[in-house]
Amino acid sequence: MHARRLRVSLKGWGGVGAMAVVCALAVLFVLLLPLAPSHGGGKGGPDTGGPGATWGEQARAAEECTAPEKQTLSPSPADGPTIDEIKSREGEKRKLIVGVDQNSYRWGYRDPNSGGDAELEGFDIDLVHRIAEDILGDPDAVQFKAIPTDQRIPAIQDGRVDMVVRTMTINCARLQDVAFSAPYFRTGQQLLAPKSSPITGYNDTLADKEICTATGSTAFSTLEQDRKDGRLVASADLRTTVPNQLDCLVRLQLGEVDAVVTDGALAASQAAQDPTVQLKGDAFTTEYYGVAMKKDADDLVRRVNQILVEFRQDTEDGWQASYEQWLSATLGDDSAKSEPPAPQYLRKS
Amino acid sequence: MTQPPKSSAAPPAGAGAPTLPAVPPQPLPHQRAGAGVPAASPPPQPRRTAFAEGVDRLRAAATTEPGRLRIIGALLALLVVAFGAVTAWQTTDRAAAADDVLGRSQPLSSDAADIYRSLADANTAASSGFLAGGQETETSRDRYERGIRTAAEKLVRAAANSDADSPSAATIAELNRLLPEYKGLIERARTYNRQGFPVGGAYLRYANEKMQKEMLPAAERLYSTENRRLSADYGDAEPYPWAAIALGVLALAALAWAQYRSYQRTNRVLNHGLVAATAAATVALLWLVVGHSVARSNLGDSYDHGVRSLNVLHEARIASLKARGNENLTLVARGAETKKVGDETHDAYDFDFQKNMGALDKGLAEARRLADDKAGEQPVTAAVGNMAEWKKRHASAREQDENGNYQQALDMVIGGKGATVECFDGVDASLADALGHEENEFRQAAGDGRDAMTGLPVGAAVLAVLAAAGVLLGIGRRLSEYR
Repeated sequence: MHARRLRVSLKGWGGVGAMAVVCALAVLFVLLLPLAPSHGGGKGGPDTGGPGATWGEQARAAEECTAPEKQTLSPSPADGPTIDEIKSREGEKRKLIVGVDQNSYRWGYRDPNSGGDAELEGFDIDLVHRIAEDILGDPDAVQFKAIPTDQRIPAIQDGRVDMVVRTMTINCARLQDVAFSAPYFRTGQQLLAPKSSPITGYNDTLADKEICTATGSTAFSTLEQDRKDGRLVASADLRTTVPNQLDCLVRLQLGEVDAVVTDGALAASQAAQDPTVQLKGDAFTTEYYGVAMKKDADDLVRRVNQILVEFRQDTEDGWQASYEQWLSATLGDDSAKSEPPAPQYLRKS
Repeated sequence: MTQPPKSSAAPPAGAGAPTLPAVPPQPLPHQRAGAGVPAASPPPQPRRTAFAEGVDRLRAAATTEPGRLRIIGALLALLVVAFGAVTAWQTTDRAAAADDVLGRSQPLSSDAADIYRSLADANTAASSGFLAGGQETETSRDRYERGIRTAAEKLVRAAANSDADSPSAATIAELNRLLPEYKGLIERARTYNRQGFPVGGAYLRYANEKMQKEMLPAAERLYSTENRRLSADYGDAEPYPWAAIALGVLALAALAWAQYRSYQRTNRVLNHGLVAATAAATVALLWLVVGHSVARSNLGDSYDHGVRSLNVLHEARIASLKARGNENLTLVARGAETKKVGDETHDAYDFDFQKNMGALDKGLAEARRLADDKAGEQPVTAAVGNMAEWKKRHASAREQDENGNYQQALDMVIGGKGATVECFDGVDASLADALGHEENEFRQAAGDGRDAMTGLPVGAAVLAVLAAAGVLLGIGRRLSEYR
């Protein structure tokens, strides 16, 4: 009955309909491709394409995105519509709204022993104060919002924050959704495990081990891709994801997971809070932290890049001073391996 | 049934002499006088059932007045004793259920509510402690410890009162397992906090998650199970003992008929025994109906004015605790969690806070409606006043937070004078007062209800025995006239 009717209708419209469906599918496919998470932020090399690289569209995107940390606008101190909007906030609301972390030791955290005041402090927070001072003339004109790892991009897109300064890695997938400043810190994914653990590094000793990562972090996407590509043993268990990288340390201490993967800079912060765990092996990726902003906030991106240039040049109270104050204890006195390369501004619009 | 007959079979002559004496039932041939043949010769009649024999005998007896009197006496005595037995049985059941309401299920349901409340209280205190930083205040520490202690105590009590394989027992076991886990997480959080490491905050979040996602739902389950049990006990205590009442009425009617019959036959108005029996049965029936009605109405009171108020107040108190917890978490999370409702994005914890406040508002209004005296109404009114002030202060604290003045917002929530914590404490204390008052009312009414049935089972049994004795005496007196 059905089949017959179908056959009859096919006689009339079959050819046209089938063509239309095929066309629609093709269009849909092409449109969806750029959304597929492209892997390997900053790793460079020819592996970025993946198995589907024959598609022209994606190949072009990958080509454009071999060095995501360079995809930013040249610095400029000029005001624009975004900065004007921030400056036009009235009275108590005249503040820069910034998404930060309050759980990253020495990056953005609240010292519980700071004497009852609730000030956040750390390397990221220093940078935020610097940006606020430059734009609004007052380093304290900031409203901090604590944001979980996987909420950083939605928070920017929804306009809940003006920018996110939260140990956020610049990568190709995120460039689809937000704009980044020039890099302000260099790090790489690193493995953290108890000192007594048989795990020696990012290698086969991870077989059958449970690894904890933060939801929506580069650590998770890197591990997932590596496992697919065979660079990580297939039996590694990645199911444990938590809202914040620090929650991984909790799971590790409770014995619920065997190892943690996160940025080396943060892994060092975790190790600093617990002398029985240590970094295992070297960083196995190279990544850069950047300030994330709304995609169309060109003036703000340029302004932040300008501020970053000054921040790094400032020897008294700039990048180096903040490094020494917050990070030398966990990352070592030599800041050279944490310094990002001289910025390049390849994005034109 | 149909065993080879022992008595009527022909004894094998000469053989087995020693066994013989045990066998022959001598009286039988004697009674059947006339049949001159000793033992064996008549063909054995098929044995009839005892019932059939009884019926025959009754039929034979019913043909004479003494026989009839005997039957009537037996029936009357039986009826009266049955009335007493059923009354004793049914009132024992109801008295036991009323006792359970007072001594077991209501305290358990209260305990379950307390377990929930003290767990939520401890968690709220712990998050306040975190907000205050390493210098946790003594009050928040005490509050936390008290919450944990109360929960542990009440869990033991609940465990002792629950049946081994009931769902409550499983829930209690689960809570018992989770409580030390939770405490361990909080202690770690405190230690790290004191060292100045943010991982303390991570532990607190983990503990909070355990509390919100596992412990509080379990405690809520326990509360509703115990509440159901309370309702079931009420259900067992309240229905009228219809079977006992019906038997009582029947017994009285039968007694009346027997006396009327005796009056018609003898023209004597009073038979002392039967009159005594009637009096005893009447007293028993009246006691049963009045006692149970009083008990029932007292129990109904204890439910309407006690349990219902208690439930509403418990729920209001829990809502205020949840609201306080969410108010703290709004500041702990600092905008980390949001919730989309329609087109608007809300802070997830503040959204829940508003919901909890709505529940508190409704609960207090209901409690005020249910409060039936001044002493019950007064603390509820105080709580309503505190709640209104709390809402006002909360709004200005939120405004500070929205404007990025985190420290000011924090001071307005956990600081000393003028902070929302004062209002919360006020609401909590008033609700505790109101709960104490309603608990007393419940105890009074339910206690009265139970007491109204005191002695009823035993009294009914004694009266029934007396009535039966009266019947026998009365009938016996008439029978003696036939000798």
